[in-house]
Amino acid sequence: MKAQSAGIRKTGAAAGALTGFLLLALVLPRFYLYLLSLILATGLLATSLNLVLGFGGMYQFHHSVFYGVGAYCLALILTRSGLPAWIGYLAAPLAASVLGLVMGLLTVRLSKLYFGMLQISLGSLVWAIVYRWYSFTGGDDGIHGIPVPELIGTSTGAYVFAVLVTAASLAVMYCIVSSPFGMTFAGIRDNPERCRAVGIDVTAHQLAGQVLAAFFAGVAGTLFVTVEGSVFPDMMFWTLSLEILIMCLLGGWFTFFGPMLGAAIIVMLRTVVGIYTEYWTLVLGLVLILLIFFLPEGVLGILQKGRQAGGKDAAGN
Amino acid sequence: MDSGGITVAALMQQVLVGLSRTTILFIVSSGLSLVLGVLRIPNVAHGSLYMIGAFVTYSVASFFGQTTAGFIIALAVAPLVVAAVSLVLERGLLCHLYDREHLMLLLFTFAFTLVFGDLVKMIWGSDYRSLSAPAIVQGSFDLGGFPFPRYSLFLLVMGPLVALGLWLLTNKTKIGKIARAAAVDREMVDAIGIDVSKVFAAVFVIGCYLAGLGGALVAPTQNITQGMDHTIIIEAFLIVIIGGLGNIWGALLGAAIFGLTDAIGILIWPQFAIVFPYTAVVIVLLIRPRGLLKAIW
Repeated sequence: MKAQSAGIRKTGAAAGALTGFLLLALVLPRFYLYLLSLILATGLLATSLNLVLGFGGMYQFHHSVFYGVGAYCLALILTRSGLPAWIGYLAAPLAASVLGLVMGLLTVRLSKLYFGMLQISLGSLVWAIVYRWYSFTGGDDGIHGIPVPELIGTSTGAYVFAVLVTAASLAVMYCIVSSPFGMTFAGIRDNPERCRAVGIDVTAHQLAGQVLAAFFAGVAGTLFVTVEGSVFPDMMFWTLSLEILIMCLLGGWFTFFGPMLGAAIIVMLRTVVGIYTEYWTLVLGLVLILLIFFLPEGVLGILQKGRQAGGKDAAGN
Repeated sequence: MDSGGITVAALMQQVLVGLSRTTILFIVSSGLSLVLGVLRIPNVAHGSLYMIGAFVTYSVASFFGQTTAGFIIALAVAPLVVAAVSLVLERGLLCHLYDREHLMLLLFTFAFTLVFGDLVKMIWGSDYRSLSAPAIVQGSFDLGGFPFPRYSLFLLVMGPLVALGLWLLTNKTKIGKIARAAAVDREMVDAIGIDVSKVFAAVFVIGCYLAGLGGALVAPTQNITQGMDHTIIIEAFLIVIIGGLGNIWGALLGAAIFGLTDAIGILIWPQFAIVFPYTAVVIVLLIRPRGLLKAIW
């Protein structure tokens, strides 16, 4: 009974938030809509990373390669093929998940740090090919002026599209983490040996996690193309992968919405700091140093902990 | 290139170029491996220290008008500057974080990559710099019809010297023995009354000194630019992993694989030369996931 009402409350809150975000499209000026769309794309990317990082406990060091592959897939279909745009939007996440499957097959059997390093080497291989293949991918220039469908080509259209896609993706990911699969996945994170002992196929779960995370990273990649109208190889360079790791850390990687919050903070901070100085990465570095020293559980992690502690106090009294 | 244009002489020349590249890669990644093996810190800032080493070398050598003496002074000073920076970093911040998990340490050192990157931009600007090799090792000699740069030969001499020095340090000195013991069982070393913290600081500084030395040695061979930190650190990490974590000889082997595949890739397919070493790494890791030689952990 109680759980049911909590479920209804959550659905209500989600519907309210969605309506609120959509209404913003009517009132906000173009720049803020653009900024919000960018936050949603980046936040979706960070949330998809957290699916395997926070919930799965896997050292996903090179997640941005799936984001980049999704974005390039859409960009290439839009610019170089006569296929209708919707095929591109469907193909991009699928291409990312195929890459996730292939890389996952090669990497999941390895333990933490080795897993991460092999992922970085495979990801760098993909990056190197994209970076060098001028005739196909545009090399280090990337592809610009991508013809996004008219309906979602305006800043308002792109924003509404980003809100709807992000909301749908978050809903699906939320269901995944609260499903039996998600619970098992988190169990593997906390104690892989015990999970193996009770008969759970650890490798299969981790592989599935890789494919799912790559899929949603690909979706985030299509949002980026829609919002920016361009792609470039830096999207799959390892530094971006570490930046989204920072977003997860900042927001709190044991929470569901933490990475989204972290992405919002980082993207806004970059925009604001960018107005005053060109030394944005210096600021980001300092933020990260302070974060690791004083707030290793992230903003939402601390809030949740505080609430739990508060709840316990109330119960004690 | 003409069809069948890869002559034996060209191949030999590329192998030598690859080996001199190996020297740089080995020096940098052996430092990284040392820190990773003993302190278990995946130090992403290692690449930044390499870049700082290169920029400081440029500045010091330019201060003396890019003479041979100036270059030698720069070669001595730049790694020491880097070592000093790393000492401050270790004693001031890193030593408080040893009990954190690898992911945190990785991100923490990445923070310094970001900070150092912008500091270098502030001090030296965004333009690239170039430094010519000192007169004594300038120019090239003839190698079966192909010119072989003297500086590359100089590097080929430096590599084994550093390897030997490192081997002596870890196997024949007290601090090296303590460091190796601490890598295996830190608590035990602590328990018999040795201040492990100081040993760790020393190892960290030595590792970073090697990053600075690599940067100093590479300075005359390429443009000194922003972004050279990002390239080298990935290469160094991959070398350390394929060689075997914490294994100095593994770093040498890994560097040779990386340097040679890169050099030969340039000969075979210049546009995608960059793909060759990464492919080699992937193949090695698929066959031997824990590296070619024995990893410390």
